[in-house]
Amino acid sequence: MTLTVDIERRLGSFRLKTAFEAGGGVTALFGRSGAGKTSVINAIAGILRPDSGCIVVDGSVLFDSKRGIDVPTPRRRVGYVFQEARLFPHLSVQGNLRYARLFSRAPETAGHFEHVVELLGLAQLLDRRPGNLSAGEKQRVAIGRALLSEPRLLLLDEPLASLDTHRRSEILRYIELMRDEVKIPILYVSHAVDEVVRLADTVVLMSAGEAVATGAADEIMGRSDLPGAAGPFEGGAVIDARVVAQDLEFDLATLAFDGGTLTVPNVDALPGEPVRVRIRARDVSIALERPQRVSIQNVLEGSIAGIGVESGGVVEVAISIGAAVLRSRVTRRAVQQLGLAPGQEVFALVKAVSLDRR
Amino acid sequence: MFPTLEELQILGLSLKVALWSVLVSLPLAVAVAYSLARVNFPGKTLFDAAVHLPLVLPPVVVGYFLLLTFGRRGPVGILLEEWFGIVVMFKWTGAAIAAGVMGFPLMVRAVRLSFEAIDRKLEDAASTLGAGPLAVFATVTLPLALPGVLTGMLLSFARGLGEFGATITFVSNIPGETRTLPLAIYTYTQVPGGDESALRLSLLAVVLSLAALFVSEVMVRRATRRIMGDDADGRH
Repeated sequence: MTLTVDIERRLGSFRLKTAFEAGGGVTALFGRSGAGKTSVINAIAGILRPDSGCIVVDGSVLFDSKRGIDVPTPRRRVGYVFQEARLFPHLSVQGNLRYARLFSRAPETAGHFEHVVELLGLAQLLDRRPGNLSAGEKQRVAIGRALLSEPRLLLLDEPLASLDTHRRSEILRYIELMRDEVKIPILYVSHAVDEVVRLADTVVLMSAGEAVATGAADEIMGRSDLPGAAGPFEGGAVIDARVVAQDLEFDLATLAFDGGTLTVPNVDALPGEPVRVRIRARDVSIALERPQRVSIQNVLEGSIAGIGVESGGVVEVAISIGAAVLRSRVTRRAVQQLGLAPGQEVFALVKAVSLDRR
Repeated sequence: MFPTLEELQILGLSLKVALWSVLVSLPLAVAVAYSLARVNFPGKTLFDAAVHLPLVLPPVVVGYFLLLTFGRRGPVGILLEEWFGIVVMFKWTGAAIAAGVMGFPLMVRAVRLSFEAIDRKLEDAASTLGAGPLAVFATVTLPLALPGVLTGMLLSFARGLGEFGATITFVSNIPGETRTLPLAIYTYTQVPGGDESALRLSLLAVVLSLAALFVSEVMVRRATRRIMGDDADGRH
């Protein structure tokens, strides 16, 4: 799948001028509130009409101002999961799900309905009305409804925004399942770093109506120099790892990655499953010797790959650990006291608690 | 104490006139309400005012205009007679037209309000699921507006039952044809010894109105519950 978006639209004093390309898997549109993320997916769905530009999915043109093409929303075959679910209040859950089949332009796959119901755990809810569902249940039904219309592209607009922390991780788990089981490319709008890190393969970074950077998730999310990016507070490294062991007694998981292992609490995954961990630069300390009698559970041996420029007394240090690169934000004084220099052998210290995924 | 056969026939005629006026004006009222709620077109304010005119004009004036339009020499009257052989003058169909016109603004108002109250985001959601504009209207907009449509039907029905001025001006007061409940009550009060009949018919009108109110209330509540889920039933 390839999605090409190159659009311009004026909305009052705000100017949306965005161009990016996305492939298969999950592409995150990431940026602060008001960066224009939702406007972009509304344009892809045909709900918002750009002033000029083009939108192409897999070679089929959805919008092209030069050629005067503007495919109406119902014929775009784009699934949309809205922030507020938008279930039809006059239909039962079953009715909402079946509605997607009523007008779908895609041929029906046998057993698809049952599959989606099972995947999202909707069997118990089928006879209920949307008015009686919790926010999390509503969002699951909305995801199921969008999937059942068999779209060629799925748009998710901050589907977790209206949920509390506990429900968020539950729905996030369902979205991960959907990503791995249903091979539909997903465009995921979010301003939450943890969601993007967990789900996205590609990240399109948006700021003030523009796509300022596009790239692999670990690359974009690791950078702190981009406007509108995670920023110094949330920025860090993204590590692809795999669960190798679950210690049920202490509720700790051991994750293996290219360069070592990490101990992380509360990982909701079975041994063998891939997980993605974000290690914020501000949570990484540097030691010259392996510390003894210390509570820190993750001591990783590596070498300094580079030392960034100072800003406000703080310096970002890149540490190579095997094939992975960790980032550490330390004070300039610490760099001086330890005499840090590129190539130097160091230990990166990461508290297990700082990696809590909940 | 019980109503006579003649009085029951008057009641039957009134129900027939009011029901037909509601049924025939309903599709038109829904279309007008939808265009007022959703479509912007030049002259909309004027159109809106014209729709509301029967609400503010003296009913006799409306009846007179109907006479001019639907009468034997009126533009619509001539066409109706030429094309379909239909004459509405001095017929119960004419009374139904008068009732429909007088109730029209009430129906449009109720339906329009419920169209305006619908969350249009739901319509966007339906269109992303493949529903075209007509399908969206039939499967989302209209079902969600149902309580308003039912309210509008009741208001127009009640207005039609009570219609007097426009009816008597337009189709006169012909026993068995255009003498509906209010016209009959008026007639009985004008003749000696008619007081008893007038009172009985008035009581019938009260019963009828209460029944219509009750039925519509039940239907609206049921429709609302269907739309909002069981939570809207007052058990929070």
